[in-house]
Amino acid sequence: MNYVLDIMGPLIQGTGVTIQVFLITLVLSVPFGLCLALLRISRFKVVSGFVNGYIWLMRGTPLMLQMLFIYFALPFVPVIGIRLPDFPSAIVAFVLNYAAYFAEIFRAGIQSIDRGQYEGARVLGLTYTQTMRRIVLPQVVKRILPPMSNETITLVKDTSLIYVLAMNDLLRAARGIVQRDFTTTPFVVAAGFYLLMTLVLTLGFQHLEKKYAVYDE
Amino acid sequence: MRSTTNSAPGPMVHAHDVHKRFGALEVLKGVALDIARGEVVAVIGPSGSGKSTFLRCLNHLETINRGRIDIEGETLVSTDARGVCHYVPDVDLRRICGKMGMVFQHFNLFPHMTVLQNVIEAPLTVKGLRRDDVIPEAEKLLRKVGLLDKRDSYPSRLSGGQKQRVAIARALAMEPDIMLFDEPTSALDPELTGEVLRTMRELAEERMTMLVVTHEMAFAREVASRVVFMDGGEILESRPSRELFASPEHPRTRAFLENML
Repeated sequence: MNYVLDIMGPLIQGTGVTIQVFLITLVLSVPFGLCLALLRISRFKVVSGFVNGYIWLMRGTPLMLQMLFIYFALPFVPVIGIRLPDFPSAIVAFVLNYAAYFAEIFRAGIQSIDRGQYEGARVLGLTYTQTMRRIVLPQVVKRILPPMSNETITLVKDTSLIYVLAMNDLLRAARGIVQRDFTTTPFVVAAGFYLLMTLVLTLGFQHLEKKYAVYDE
Repeated sequence: MRSTTNSAPGPMVHAHDVHKRFGALEVLKGVALDIARGEVVAVIGPSGSGKSTFLRCLNHLETINRGRIDIEGETLVSTDARGVCHYVPDVDLRRICGKMGMVFQHFNLFPHMTVLQNVIEAPLTVKGLRRDDVIPEAEKLLRKVGLLDKRDSYPSRLSGGQKQRVAIARALAMEPDIMLFDEPTSALDPELTGEVLRTMRELAEERMTMLVVTHEMAFAREVASRVVFMDGGEILESRPSRELFASPEHPRTRAFLENML
């Protein structure tokens, strides 16, 4: 038990990094994903085709590869080439990647809303923007809660990929101690930390689902 | 509730030579119809005759391929000499269509909003009115359709007939001059149509201008001042309802009515 307390310090620090990556990614990729989803359903073929290609690229290659590319290869790309430190590199990769997944969830949600809702709004005089904001998106939120719950829980665990940029997240902190002390206890403690974080998310989403259950469709 | 300031002498709705195609299928083949203020016009006819499509063309839910539509003397769409259709700019389109309220077969209530929220949504969002000013009006409308006690219920808790009455109240909240009904009772259980028709009859008695696409022959006969029979994308007969039901002129009208009654 004393040993567990001894290794808490670095593990909690690692958890801090993990939570930072998680929260920043979530806050940035949700609005970005929503924009992508709205562009994806655009009438303009060029726009939707471009977003389509973007989503294909981001979902079709490993997140780890994307992260390595942004950190190591981006500086050598002409015009847009900039050198980013490790943390921003990781954030950029995560946001670009997760926005693509969120965009598909949002798109599915938006397209699942009955055409009658748009017509009902339109004959009342609502503009497209008002219809989206007041009528469609609030209903989309309810429908996408289960897949969003999945995706955010995956994000918590995906943050462990940042170890390739030598950042000390929870998993890398645990691994460091394992290699130093020749014991697997830190892994068990780390697992507990991950479970705790995903538990908070699970309960949060359950709460939201209950809140949205006041109305049926 | 309804504005009486506008007293244009011409027809409330003027449609002329309206053509509509869905791909190769010609759904409307030159429909012409004038509706005077306070008139209640029922559109009847077999399914696929284009009645609903015509109704939806009037408030721009469908765009037409040829013809002309004026609402209260203002042009919504016209066709030039070369046969090209021109809709007025978006701002005018929105304003002109705002003169019409519409009730759908499947209600199209907003499920995430309570009954009251459904009714006040457009006055708040579209007209930018204040909540405190809108709620008394909305409650008045809900009382009128007999659903004030349901103001805080969600639509999923209502019967079909109640949903449709909320939809009528919601449309009336925007103070339209013309009400369009697209088969308002077709999705209802037979025992629930009565309450909706009663609400519509009250509206007709208040001299609301109404265009009703319907399969309810009793409503067409008793409430409508005029009945229009459509078949194959054309209006075959348009006469005062009593006359049309008593002595249909067109053989297809006769055949249709014999089938229905």
